[in-house]
Amino acid sequence: MRTRVFLLISIAVAALVFLGARMVNNDYVFFAGYTVLQFIVLATAWNILGGYTGYVNFGSAAFFALGAYATVFWHKFYPLPIPFLIVIGGAVSGIVGLGMGYLTLRLRGAFFAIATLALAVVLQTLVVNWDYVGGSRGAYIIRPNEIPLIGPYVQYLFLIQPNEIALIGPYVQYLVLPYVQYLFLLMLALAVIALTIARGIERSQLGYGFATIRDDELAAEASGVPTLRLKLVATTISGALMGMAGAPFPYYIGYLQPSSAFGLEYAVNSIAMPMIGGTTSWVGPLIGAVLLGSLQQIATVTISSAVNLLIVGLLLVAFVIIAPNGIIGLVQGWTRGRAK
Amino acid sequence: MGLSFDLLINAVIAGILLGGFYAAVTLGVSISFGILDIVNIAHPAFIILGSYIAYIVNTRLGIDPIVISIVMLPAFYFLGAGVYQVYYESFERRGQEALRGLSFFFGLLFVTEVMLILVFGVDYRYVEAWYIGPSWRLGVMDFPLRMLVPCVAALALFAALELFLSYTFVGRAISAVAQDQLALRLMGASPIRIKRIAFGISIATTAVAGALLIIIQPVEPSVGREYIGRVFAICVLGGLGSLPGTVIAAMLLGILESFTATFYGPSWAPAVAFGVLLLTLAFRPAGLLGR
Repeated sequence: MRTRVFLLISIAVAALVFLGARMVNNDYVFFAGYTVLQFIVLATAWNILGGYTGYVNFGSAAFFALGAYATVFWHKFYPLPIPFLIVIGGAVSGIVGLGMGYLTLRLRGAFFAIATLALAVVLQTLVVNWDYVGGSRGAYIIRPNEIPLIGPYVQYLFLIQPNEIALIGPYVQYLVLPYVQYLFLLMLALAVIALTIARGIERSQLGYGFATIRDDELAAEASGVPTLRLKLVATTISGALMGMAGAPFPYYIGYLQPSSAFGLEYAVNSIAMPMIGGTTSWVGPLIGAVLLGSLQQIATVTISSAVNLLIVGLLLVAFVIIAPNGIIGLVQGWTRGRAK
Repeated sequence: MGLSFDLLINAVIAGILLGGFYAAVTLGVSISFGILDIVNIAHPAFIILGSYIAYIVNTRLGIDPIVISIVMLPAFYFLGAGVYQVYYESFERRGQEALRGLSFFFGLLFVTEVMLILVFGVDYRYVEAWYIGPSWRLGVMDFPLRMLVPCVAALALFAALELFLSYTFVGRAISAVAQDQLALRLMGASPIRIKRIAFGISIATTAVAGALLIIIQPVEPSVGREYIGRVFAICVLGGLGSLPGTVIAAMLLGILESFTATFYGPSWAPAVAFGVLLLTLAFRPAGLLGR
């Protein structure tokens, strides 16, 4: 299947998901769905580096928080529409990922993992000490209740004249989207983009290069694969996607404080989800994120949020020990067993 | 000028005392990461576990935390040996330690932290002992016993480990694991058994480190996270597998952090370790006394 076809199909699936959520017409569906979609993006982004090249990033929370705090900064400095903020958040996190990778990826893999773990602590220290973005007190982001689809920038985009707006006036209630649904839609688009990128990489020369690094980096280097450059590409893409996932977060949560943006649950989830789904293919993080994300939403409501984190941790440990190739590996083993 | 000189001297002393404590926290990682090549990022979680055990026994029975930690050494040793057995069976033997082994330890870190939160909540806990509070004064120099006792205990731990590694058969075999496993087999020692013992010892040190931690500062479950960066920064700066290097690096980091806290404010201190780690990795990955 060509990437373009895949993109069209996933856009269609995304449209169905959105329409389905509209049919239920319950704000909670959008709130919970946003979180699950956010985890799809994070897990897919983590997997581009972790699953494809085998380098473990423990700092997902740091990249995510960079995106979120880039948004807070711009919100105070000069409010921009969220799509622009997503691009900015992605750029900031991508650059940090590149820098981190450049300093540590020339060494053994473990050093990179440790450095990413420490990066979260340091960035949190920086944010706590930076009063402009709220410091340790946190920052409030006031968002409108709804967003007109024919907003100023859509007007520019389609060159709609003011008198034409008067013309569609009677239908304007259908063109106004509650803000939660707008955020949900944006995250849905990001998930489609992330999955398409991941799948595109998997089937390209880049993906084969990544796989050689994962299987035997020394042999890859010796056969002329530019391993450092490939690793840097992976770190940058992965970091950028995490930043993009973080950029709308302040508008979603309304009040951002360092401990929520840098929460360890982002790091553990973005590792646990690909590990549980399966790391070798783009489907793995998707399955893991949907399963684990929904499970967590249910557990948070029915039991407590601490217990749901415990479940994630225990599942992660259980899966890496018992089913090292995740759910995909289990399914493959099962179908292969049946074929025999 | 006199005042700032006092401040300087006391910042150095505080840094050395803090560094001694950091050495106790890092010695275990020097063994597991430096010698055995096991990236045990759950090490701080075991330290926090040690702190909580010291806290429980201390509040219930009023026993000195350091005495408790020495009594707990065998329990932590067997815990570590058990963890290594799981790690070996699941990852090392299959050659999957890079991705899955790391995730395993990360999961362990996370599970321990969440369990402690569920049982004890996020309140800060502390212990009571005669040396928490008073302090010795020598001219302008100030030695708070709360810091001095952990530093001395840490140096004793270092001396014991160094003697063990250099003068006993098992200790020498542990150093040999990193160098030549085949030769070790020919000597009649099983590398797996030696590694299990070494990892057990590495976790046993966390019982002591945990008790020292809760003497120095009140502890809550997520405090451990701050130590991940520190521990590995010290370990890398000291040179992997070198215990004397670890102690020197720990003192250096302690002094740096103490200066940062004194002159820029304590909220900046956690960033120092990361800076040290990045600079070391970029310019001298072998560390100060690297092998």
